[in-house]
Amino acid sequence: MTNGFEPKIVGILCNWCSYAGADLAGISRLKYPANIRIIRVMCSGRVEPSFVLKAFQKGADGVLVSGCHPGDCHYMEGNYKMARRNVFIEELLASFGIEKGRYRQTWISASEGEIFAQVVREMVEEVRKLGPFPGLGARLKELAAAEGGK
Amino acid sequence: MLEEIRIGVYVCHCGSNIADKVDCPAVAAYASQLPHVVVARDYQYMCSDPGQELIRQDIKELKLNRVVVASCSPRMHEPTFRKVCESAGLNGYLYEMANIREHCSWVTEDPQQATEKAKALVRAAVARVVHHEPLFERWAPVNPNILVVGGGIAGIEAALKVAAAGNKVWLVEKSPSIGGNMARLDKTFPTLDCSACILTPKMVSVAQDENITLLTYAEVEQVEGYVGNFRVTIRKKARSVDLNKCTGCGRCQEKCPVEVPSEFEAGLAMRKAIYTPFPQAVPNKPAIDREHCRHFTRTKGKCRVCFNVCQVGAIDYDQEDELVTYECGAIIVATGYGLFDPSVGPQWGYGRYDDVITAIQFERLVNASGPTKGKVVCKDGRVPERIAILHCIGSRDENYHPYCSRICCMASLKLAHLAREKTGAEVYNFYIDLRAFGKGYEEFYNRILEEGVNFIRGKGAEVTQKDGRLVVRGEDTLLGRYREVPVDLVILNTALEPQPDATKVAQIFGIQRSADGFFLESHPKLEPLKTATDGVFIAGCCQGPKDIPDSVAQGAGAAAEALSLATAGKVKISPVVASIDPDLCSGCRMCLPLCPYGAISFNEEKKVAEVNETLCKGCGTCAASCGSGALNVRHFTRNQILTQIEEVLAV
Ligand SMILES: Cc1cc2nc3c(=O)[nH]c(=O)nc-3n(C[C@H](O)[C@H](O)[C@H](O)COP(=O)(O)OP(=O)(O)OC[C@H]3O[C@@H](n4cnc5c(N)ncnc54)[C@H](O)[C@@H]3O)c2cc1C
Ligand code: FES
Repeated sequence: MTNGFEPKIVGILCNWCSYAGADLAGISRLKYPANIRIIRVMCSGRVEPSFVLKAFQKGADGVLVSGCHPGDCHYMEGNYKMARRNVFIEELLASFGIEKGRYRQTWISASEGEIFAQVVREMVEEVRKLGPFPGLGARLKELAAAEGGK
Repeated sequence: MLEEIRIGVYVCHCGSNIADKVDCPAVAAYASQLPHVVVARDYQYMCSDPGQELIRQDIKELKLNRVVVASCSPRMHEPTFRKVCESAGLNGYLYEMANIREHCSWVTEDPQQATEKAKALVRAAVARVVHHEPLFERWAPVNPNILVVGGGIAGIEAALKVAAAGNKVWLVEKSPSIGGNMARLDKTFPTLDCSACILTPKMVSVAQDENITLLTYAEVEQVEGYVGNFRVTIRKKARSVDLNKCTGCGRCQEKCPVEVPSEFEAGLAMRKAIYTPFPQAVPNKPAIDREHCRHFTRTKGKCRVCFNVCQVGAIDYDQEDELVTYECGAIIVATGYGLFDPSVGPQWGYGRYDDVITAIQFERLVNASGPTKGKVVCKDGRVPERIAILHCIGSRDENYHPYCSRICCMASLKLAHLAREKTGAEVYNFYIDLRAFGKGYEEFYNRILEEGVNFIRGKGAEVTQKDGRLVVRGEDTLLGRYREVPVDLVILNTALEPQPDATKVAQIFGIQRSADGFFLESHPKLEPLKTATDGVFIAGCCQGPKDIPDSVAQGAGAAAEALSLATAGKVKISPVVASIDPDLCSGCRMCLPLCPYGAISFNEEKKVAEVNETLCKGCGTCAASCGSGALNVRHFTRNQILTQIEEVLAV
């Protein structure tokens, strides 16, 4: 563990695959860091860009969004819609100066408990290295200052 | 005036499952400080009768109008506590669950961190439930018709049981006949009764049952609708034979000039391009395999042999695929298994040496109606004097399938018995462990031991040839010695695996798959036949390798599941659906093409979008892309989710 910093990560998971995958990690008693807090949505297609931004605004150091593998969405196409929206989400986060490693979008199935645990372990490590996220306002100020300093 | 919000919070110990890591009293104490919380308690087992009663009493006595239970996954007990609330007169949607077991106590090493996390999850749930609204489940009628997909023993059993209850059932089978893999077996362990003798009467019953409509050479293409009200599109592949005219006389098959390796005989014999897969097929009428039929391939319509010999004019080269639709209330998927191809592992010599065959090929070899009329012979006609049976080929093997295929041990014992009975040969079984798990199985094993079969504990690692004779090499782990056993015939007992098209089938029916690729049941113990899609059930080997008794039990069980829906006649429909605020809707119509169910339409008069709640399944994809914030999903509203995100970060 470095610098005693415990990142807060919000995981927004679809009910049918990824949330169930996280359940399976629990049922299998796999261990992963307690830094992630999971929010359930019925489908990854429900995830709005504002959900991700809100998390960063309210103190998250990282956000994970996860749905069913392509083709496996319980509602057939929700994850494809999410994948398309995700391009926008990533651009949006970049424009706020949010580092890539703080946001991750994955597909995890109901049987992939181990993969879920692994994704969380990796993400926590990555975000720990990036350090605390200062918040949207502070980050924008940082960006502006850097811009002005040029 | 707005009603005062009064929340009760219940933290479950789940015995020691949660309490071992999470300090439950501390979490309850923390919750009691949160806004609107009137009472917060911790208790041994919230789902037990006294636990439920605790909530009921508080709702009544403390006039609670919101409930939060912090316990296991909502995928487990959400319906339980929803019912508890309802039985105390509180709308079941005014309750929220915090998952502090699967997502917290079970995955966290450090008790302090687990407790902190539990507090955050509870805090978020408490904040969210404030924004909950009462919702009302609707009822939809259930169509009493049922669809069964796959005509192996599991599907046959399911169809017969449904039909016996008086319901109509369509049985859709991909190949030209029902029967599945069981039809290819010779005898069945542990009783050694003849497979065809017990299977064919059931196949005939299917054909004769007035309630069953049998569609062979057909596949499901699309499933629309929802539990109780499915609309299924089925492709009836062009059989090129008019089943109403055909008498099944067999002349066409005699005269057809094209030979193709027979799938039914596992490649040990040839069939014609127009063929009935096996003598007891149901329906006992042929199909033309257009991929191989000369009329369709080489001679551009010139070959008309079958047409010319058919006396009833049943051959129809112009027949086209036909799409038919079927409306039903429940679906049973019983599409069975495929078999591992041992030629991918050169060490077993399959495909290299003629006398290395698979177990299913041996089943055909010993069968009286098989390619050799039941004579067990090597490729050159010799009767084998020494036979090796290799267990676990492709199973329990990290390189192929890590799982155990369950039936191979017993099938290998059966084959050892049949081999000795037919040939008197010395038989050597190479095994890792012997798993005789079923009723009468251990007794069967003892019987085979007494018959003088040799057992070598160790995987048959390699099959080679020495001085013109096959040699099986492997380590005998009991003797701690390396063995080389010369034999005349090697039988590879190959793994049962998911059907090659399992991915596609899973997607059509909305079924999930487990890590091994087989179809995933809702719950491994308590809901073995249900799937993630309400109204779609699974039975038999499509869920995982199993023997005939278990496949039959599941077929009958799935029929019971489907029938209980049909008999109830109505089904609860979740109120978790999209809703549109007409005052906010800008009429941009962005949401219309996003809905995979066509549940959103545009009201030209009012110039706003509208949701058809019967079609909507509540995924929320539309809500996520509504630019004006007019679209929302009940119980997963923007406000509820944003609040939850904000509060989960506050600890
Ligand atoms: C070598 C060997 C020996 C065995 N010996 C024994 C024994 O002695 N005793 C015993 O109890 N068990 C034995 N078994 C196991 C037995 O074969 C199975 O338990 C049983 O056949 C499973 O039946 P099922 O209906 O689930 O699947 P299957 O028999 O595989 O039937 C599935 C059916 O579904 C059809 N289908 C597939 N996909 C589709 C689709 N997309 N649309 C429509 N239809 C489709 C298939 O064509 C097939 O007809 C043995 C297995 C093997 C391999
Ligand atoms: S339900 Fe999992 S992504 Fe749609």
